[in-house]
Amino acid sequence: MSTVAFTIIAILTLAAALAAATLPKLMHAALSFAVMFVGISAFFFLLGAEFVGLVQIFVYIGAVAVLIVFTILLTRHDTEKVRGFNWNGVVVAVAVFAGLIWAITKTKSLSQAPLQIEPVTVQRIGELLMTSYVWPLQCVGVLLTAALIGALILVMEEKRE
Amino acid sequence: MSGDAVDQIFIHAKQWLLSFMSGRAPDWLIQVASSLINIAVLLGVFLTLFALISVLERKILGRMQNRYGPNRVGPFGLFQPVADGIKMLIKEDIVPARADKIVHFLAPVLIAAAAILSLGVIPYGRNMTPFVIDGGILFFFAVGSATELTVFMAGWGSNNKYSMLGAMRAIGQMISYELPLIITVLPVVMIVGSLNPDKIVVAQSSYTFGFVPHWFVFTPWGATAFLLFFVSGLVESNRTPFDVPEGESEIVAGHMTEYSGFKYATFFMAEYIGMFAVSGLGVTLFLGGWHAPLRFLEFIPSYVWFFIKLSILLFVYIWLRGTLPRTRVDQIMNFAWKFMLPMAFTCVVAAAVWHYTDRGLRGWLWSFVVIAAVYVTLSILLDTRRKFAPRTYRFAE
Amino acid sequence: MTLSNLLIVSAALFCVGLLAALSRRHAIFILIGIEMMLAAANINFIAFWRFGPQPAQPTGVMVAIFAIAIAAAEAAVGLAMVIAVYRHFRTTNVDQLNRLKG
Repeated sequence: MSTVAFTIIAILTLAAALAAATLPKLMHAALSFAVMFVGISAFFFLLGAEFVGLVQIFVYIGAVAVLIVFTILLTRHDTEKVRGFNWNGVVVAVAVFAGLIWAITKTKSLSQAPLQIEPVTVQRIGELLMTSYVWPLQCVGVLLTAALIGALILVMEEKRE
Repeated sequence: MSGDAVDQIFIHAKQWLLSFMSGRAPDWLIQVASSLINIAVLLGVFLTLFALISVLERKILGRMQNRYGPNRVGPFGLFQPVADGIKMLIKEDIVPARADKIVHFLAPVLIAAAAILSLGVIPYGRNMTPFVIDGGILFFFAVGSATELTVFMAGWGSNNKYSMLGAMRAIGQMISYELPLIITVLPVVMIVGSLNPDKIVVAQSSYTFGFVPHWFVFTPWGATAFLLFFVSGLVESNRTPFDVPEGESEIVAGHMTEYSGFKYATFFMAEYIGMFAVSGLGVTLFLGGWHAPLRFLEFIPSYVWFFIKLSILLFVYIWLRGTLPRTRVDQIMNFAWKFMLPMAFTCVVAAAVWHYTDRGLRGWLWSFVVIAAVYVTLSILLDTRRKFAPRTYRFAE
Repeated sequence: MTLSNLLIVSAALFCVGLLAALSRRHAIFILIGIEMMLAAANINFIAFWRFGPQPAQPTGVMVAIFAIAIAAAEAAVGLAMVIAVYRHFRTTNVDQLNRLKG
């Protein structure tokens, strides 16, 4: 049952990712990018990390995808497509994929079946964030504030005197 | 206990239906069948409620405006949704010639899907949550935030400048008010210690002195948080007084301009179901869920109490629509960022103060003082009356 | 659903992201590719947490949460840069952003 679900989600995610990478029209690519994140968060649910899956939907589809779509709107000129597709990139990507597949299949200890664990609860994540991971939490807070202010400054119109 | 039988009547009915399959089917098939029964009942109940609310809203608005609402189709006009449904179904479905067909088609489908998905985690009665997810509240908000992208798809897929502008206004409004919506839920989650809606309802179950329920709305931070949550819910569902994205005098119909017939009905349904979902969540988080307000009234089944509270909230929505004029879009944004967000953070602080003074009378007073202090400070800082200059008149020479 | 199958899927996702980042000429596509690569790495973290020996703390989950937050911040800044560059050069084609060259 979980193998069937895994296969379906894997096919959906990879198809959406390929669509996002290769579609000529930018808006369709951005929307299939959002669909790909639904697939990835379905993976997280399947692996027992439900909180990460929910945060993924929230952050990526609710925020990053909307940002990308707004940026596409704001940087449009009359031609919809930006021409040019560099085929060298395809060669490099295929080569990297081949290398990774070789490394994965050669490692014998990786073909194990999953153990039965209980999914990690939100309460456990909250406890960890406040005890062992409190410094990374504060640093991420500072980082997000810096990113917010930086993005605002980059985009603000210069005042004309 | 006959009270328990009436209360759990739907659970027993579902178990009776599933008992036909129990010996003969594998486990996962029974789980799938159980989920399908949940989904079918949820859809049936809420689509009927949507039809009923659409006619009741027009009648209540009509009565507030000193006229009858629709009263010709059926007794007291209650079959009006049937007539509306037939009208929507037989209308011609016009798609603009240069619109992006796939995106234009998928937008109403996905917005309705997101709205209905968020209904699945709300506890409607004792043991009657359709899908029990450990992070249920987070699921609700994650699905709600996916609505923004679908609104954008509707605006962009119509290939119409007014649709695009309406969609951008709608998304700006929705993103701005998502923050107060989520941060006002934070005190409740903090005090209960769990994101599971069932646990939040159970935490509101006791009564002091036997007749005052422990609902969170009866605490100072809870009352403030409930008001802020309610207003944010109004904005998220694009209801008057915040219906700039769909006001006809502003932007034709905003992102729904180019939709006709059944697709428009789907948008309409998605908006109302979003309203039900946010009201349902408000009832769960602040108004005690399916608990009765007084201990001796507990014989009335839990789902009846839930729907009574939901109906009261929906009536307040309709009442506000009939009473208040529309706000301007910059007023909406100012209100969100300058007033609601600081007040939402104050609620978090006040809840912490209430909790750490052992939830006694001193806790009440201190948290009330915190909220009142911030409120007064904000009203002084944001006072706009003194900023208007005296009127200057210019005459033609 | 073995660990190697999961790793193959995430390797494929990573390579599709690499494809998008290397072969498209629009700045936003490159950012989409980078986000895809980050998501593939997140899947790897969660996969190794799930299939490996269970330590006392779910480290893979925590790293994935922080990685999502950081990726969102980086996407925001990257998109702000794309808008700022568009304002000056009126183009988003990265081949034409070569003023500093030579």
